[in-house]
Amino acid sequence: MTTEAPTQLPPVKRRNAELVMTVFAVALTLFAMVEAGLTRNGEMPASLFVYGVLFGGLALLAHLFIRFFAPWSDPLLLPLATLLNGLGIAMLWRLFEATGDTSRGSALDQLILTAASMAVFAAVVYFLKEPRTLQRYPYIMALSAVVLLLLPAIPGLGMTVNGARQWINLGVTTLQPSEFAKIALVIFLAGYMVSKRDVMALASRQIKVGPVKVLDLPRARDTAPMAVMWGFCIIVLVILMNDLGTSLMLFGTFLAMIYVATHRANWLVIGLTAFFGACAAIYPFVPHFRVRMVTWLEAFRPDVYCTDEAMANPDSFCNTLGNSQQLVQGLFALAEGGMTGTGLGGGKPGYVPEVQNDFIFAAFGEELGLAGIMVMLLSMALLVERGMRIALASKELFIKMFASGISFLIAFQTFVVIGGVTRVIPMTGATIPFVAKGGSALLSSWIMLALLMRMSNNARKPAPQAIQDEGATQVISR
Amino acid sequence: MSDLTLMLIRIAFLCVLWLFVIMAVGVIRTDLLGPAKSKSKRSKRSEERRTSAPARPARAPRGRRNEPRSLVVTKGPLAGTSLNLTSQPIVIGRANDATLVINDDYASGRHARIFSDEGRWVVEDLGSTNGTYLGQQRLTRPQPISVGQPIRIGKTVLELRK
Repeated sequence: MTTEAPTQLPPVKRRNAELVMTVFAVALTLFAMVEAGLTRNGEMPASLFVYGVLFGGLALLAHLFIRFFAPWSDPLLLPLATLLNGLGIAMLWRLFEATGDTSRGSALDQLILTAASMAVFAAVVYFLKEPRTLQRYPYIMALSAVVLLLLPAIPGLGMTVNGARQWINLGVTTLQPSEFAKIALVIFLAGYMVSKRDVMALASRQIKVGPVKVLDLPRARDTAPMAVMWGFCIIVLVILMNDLGTSLMLFGTFLAMIYVATHRANWLVIGLTAFFGACAAIYPFVPHFRVRMVTWLEAFRPDVYCTDEAMANPDSFCNTLGNSQQLVQGLFALAEGGMTGTGLGGGKPGYVPEVQNDFIFAAFGEELGLAGIMVMLLSMALLVERGMRIALASKELFIKMFASGISFLIAFQTFVVIGGVTRVIPMTGATIPFVAKGGSALLSSWIMLALLMRMSNNARKPAPQAIQDEGATQVISR
Repeated sequence: MSDLTLMLIRIAFLCVLWLFVIMAVGVIRTDLLGPAKSKSKRSKRSEERRTSAPARPARAPRGRRNEPRSLVVTKGPLAGTSLNLTSQPIVIGRANDATLVINDDYASGRHARIFSDEGRWVVEDLGSTNGTYLGQQRLTRPQPISVGQPIRIGKTVLELRK
């Protein structure tokens, strides 16, 4: 009599369900383009067929690839990613192609980048048969993460776009290395936590106030990774590179993973205190950090928001330091959308500066309304949930840590962007996975999906049955 | 295009988006409740097909095709794990530097070794406390193993696979 562990996933392939959902996601993308075309120009988009064939073909190829090379993987990962990617393409089409202005980006570029990302996705799924082999190289991964994060700081190679030094210029193309650094970092953390989790979970010193136990403090030497991570996030990312988004995302993922590994809340208390304490401490000394906080907390102040009067005054805040126009216009766009939105193509998201990047969420909010963005948030949440299921269903500790780390990364990245757009946290430079314009972000999202796909395939694959069953196992006990 | 039509299209699009989410949740349902009833009937049929399959005359072993290519764990905490066989010997045990680290209370640090000897695979007990079993027999000296023979270490059972 065997009782299955409750975390075990049922050994079903469900590839046909995946096919139906993927086709549905492609159809939704085309529907979105039709709606945008009808609303804006009163006619069906002329390029609908091209997009349908290209995007649909790509999604089908990805599905066929999974059917043959990772047949046991989770059936929802691909459709959810396809939906988010497709909605992103449809929105970019509506923003650029439908308005006839493709100088700042185009949906066709995004489609080409999607094709390239899917190719990398297939390569990762195909060549990384056992993700546990990555466990062998934790320190190489840590080193490459640091190098990738620091690349933009090299003069001549790095580029500053919109105040954040996140890009490197490779001549032919620009790249955002931090998008890949975060994956390397998750691999490192997973490998490191597997070997150090016992000591991090158990060795501690109790702090007591009178008879009441307040907090378990870890030994000083066990806090070294926390200290390194904290120092890196604060000093390098916030102070030197003005990249609060990546900093928040990486530190959040780090705390989540340490909590998953040790089950102890005191690490969270220490980490959060250290992070926010440091932010408060550097506030008076780092001008660009202060500007960021002011444009968040006092976004509606006339001279921060930059009204016409403030614009005329050369000494006002927005003419000298920075303005909150993007944030405020984004909030106006979200308010304009209301419950059901203005319909794709019916709003005016063009008022939001740089709407194609992180503020694409505001464009969705305006045109699809709360009902539409809830669907996108739910898709993200489902993607993260599937990742957590993979972590639960896996047997190996490293895979558990790896899958949960990637899921946390997707969740935190989404939170950091959408929190920024909705003014819950200071605005950051990160991009919504799969949706926003940008090759690096899209590529790293598909790589994360490939890793999840391969891990879910290995976790759900039924165990090989014994060829010769020779009865019950003898257990010698004494 | 009249405003009414556009509004209908807009509402229809949102409805279809939500339909997608509902369908996605429906796919997840199998996680909680297991595959649907109609599915289980079909899988029973395929099970019958599978059981009838071995009745087919087995193809004669041909050259390299019969050589084992992987070592799989069929029982125990690591069930489902597989290792590709290379020319390197595989050390099985609880020690961290073993090739296959098994988390099994009845296994020793370096419990057993599986290595290739002139094209044959041989299992050798490395002086373990609880012994290594080939079938019901406790190993006393290195013994050659073939595909599908169960090797038992504590609660873990391993097999060679083609």
